[in-house]
Amino acid sequence: MVGFAPPVFQMADVHYAYHGIPALTGLTLAIPRGQRVALLGANGSGKSTLLRLLDGLYFAQSGRVAAFGQMLTEAALQDEDTAIAFRRRVGLVFQNPDVQLFNPTVLDEVAFGPLQMGWPRDEVMTRVARALEEFGLTALKDRPPHRLSGGEKKRVALASVLVLEPEALLLDEPTAALDPKSASDMVDFLIRCQGTGRTVITATHDLDIVADIADLCVVMKAGRVVAQGAPRAILNDAALMTDAHLAHTHLHIHHGHMHHSHHHLHSDTEDPPG
Amino acid sequence: MSRRAPLLERMTGHLLHALDHARLSDDLTARGGFLQALDPRVKLGGLLGLAVTVTAVHRLTALAGLFLAAVLLALASRLPVGRALGPLWLGILIFSGAIALPAPLLTPGDVVAHLPLTGWPITAQGLRSAAFLIGRAETAATFTTLLILTTPWPHVLKAMRALGVPVVVVAIFGMTHRYIFLFLQAAAQMFEARRSRMVGRLTPREGRRLAVATAGALLGRAIETGNEVHLAMISRGYRGEPRLMQDFPTRPRDWAALAGAGSLAALALFGGA
Repeated sequence: MVGFAPPVFQMADVHYAYHGIPALTGLTLAIPRGQRVALLGANGSGKSTLLRLLDGLYFAQSGRVAAFGQMLTEAALQDEDTAIAFRRRVGLVFQNPDVQLFNPTVLDEVAFGPLQMGWPRDEVMTRVARALEEFGLTALKDRPPHRLSGGEKKRVALASVLVLEPEALLLDEPTAALDPKSASDMVDFLIRCQGTGRTVITATHDLDIVADIADLCVVMKAGRVVAQGAPRAILNDAALMTDAHLAHTHLHIHHGHMHHSHHHLHSDTEDPPG
Repeated sequence: MSRRAPLLERMTGHLLHALDHARLSDDLTARGGFLQALDPRVKLGGLLGLAVTVTAVHRLTALAGLFLAAVLLALASRLPVGRALGPLWLGILIFSGAIALPAPLLTPGDVVAHLPLTGWPITAQGLRSAAFLIGRAETAATFTTLLILTTPWPHVLKAMRALGVPVVVVAIFGMTHRYIFLFLQAAAQMFEARRSRMVGRLTPREGRRLAVATAGALLGRAIETGNEVHLAMISRGYRGEPRLMQDFPTRPRDWAALAGAGSLAALALFGGA
């Protein structure tokens, strides 16, 4: 375990299945407060499901999930004050920005969260203006989201979550399907999160960025945690990476001879929830 | 697109045309013209008021005057009348014309001519009735289209909210508009992907089967996206009652425009009575 701060999320023996198809199978994990955590795993390893449980969108079918020292259950989030406080403290950026950008304009999108919090209008406008400025979106504020590029949509999605200044930020494949410049901007943002006190949990199988964006790596396979530790130690464990389907050997022909001794790390691709 | 083009090409073409038309509408709303500069609430109230007036006028000269006013408003708003309104007028002329066609023959009244070959009588009252039907449909649709072509859709929604339309209705309209584009794109891509893997032509039966299968796949995707969107809303604090922004400054020219629309409607209804 890296870091000594008290956990912001704790999960013990968590199970979750989609219509009988298991997604999490006895997952136990503690996320330290203020850490940048990378959730690594191949497609279907349970990363997206875990993020949705941490965001209180899905609920454990067995086992326990706690956030900020309180049990995270459907019943607990039925209470309006509890729900608003929780939504204020935890933000999730979805993998597909098109499902997250449902408002008619960028301004409305960024203002949606603050308005649901019931904050005074002046405060909403101040926060929205600040978020738009921070993500370079001020000139796009009256544009409909469907007219934006993929990178711009991702920035709007991020701004629409960060405008609430959540203590814990969850990101599902943040660099998926982005062009190199937009992906680089996203990585820069995650690098800047270091030392801010915010807990950042990034689900990814883009291993090229892990060393930059994480203080702690959690490797998942088949719905449970198989390893966790410092990025360098995890990434250098070739057997672990191969076993978790994050690296593989690949055939090459050198000087007419076939080799398959090279390890290859997976790069960024689309990943459905699971 | 030719009527004889293969079904897939036609469907892809129609979808891409719809996307192009939506983009044209978005671009027109950004032009600096008379209607574009008005408060959306004034436009919504004024133009819809005029559209309702069209259905109530009883003089053809008043109807023609209202139609002329709509065209002048389009020109003052720098709209390409032929490109933006021409297809609308033609479509309405065909549909309402088909409905109005029997009226000159079936309405009793003063006979002004006879139909060649059959010799059926054409009455003045019937012609007047057909002219009213077509004129009302064309003019009302023109006023409504002026609203859409000169007002960004988000502003139309906010204006609806400001005029008392329930927030849930406005939110549903907003999301429908938002996701129509997503599914138009998805449908066009699905047809293109299918075309890229096809050799030869489909029979009409195969074409219909393909269209149904694509519609089913799109419906499945729509349901899945709907669930995801709902989760994304909950994640940011939505609890069943969406709260929206609304801020429109109303200036003297907006009040003047609203008064102008009211005067025009009153003149059409009661002038010369």
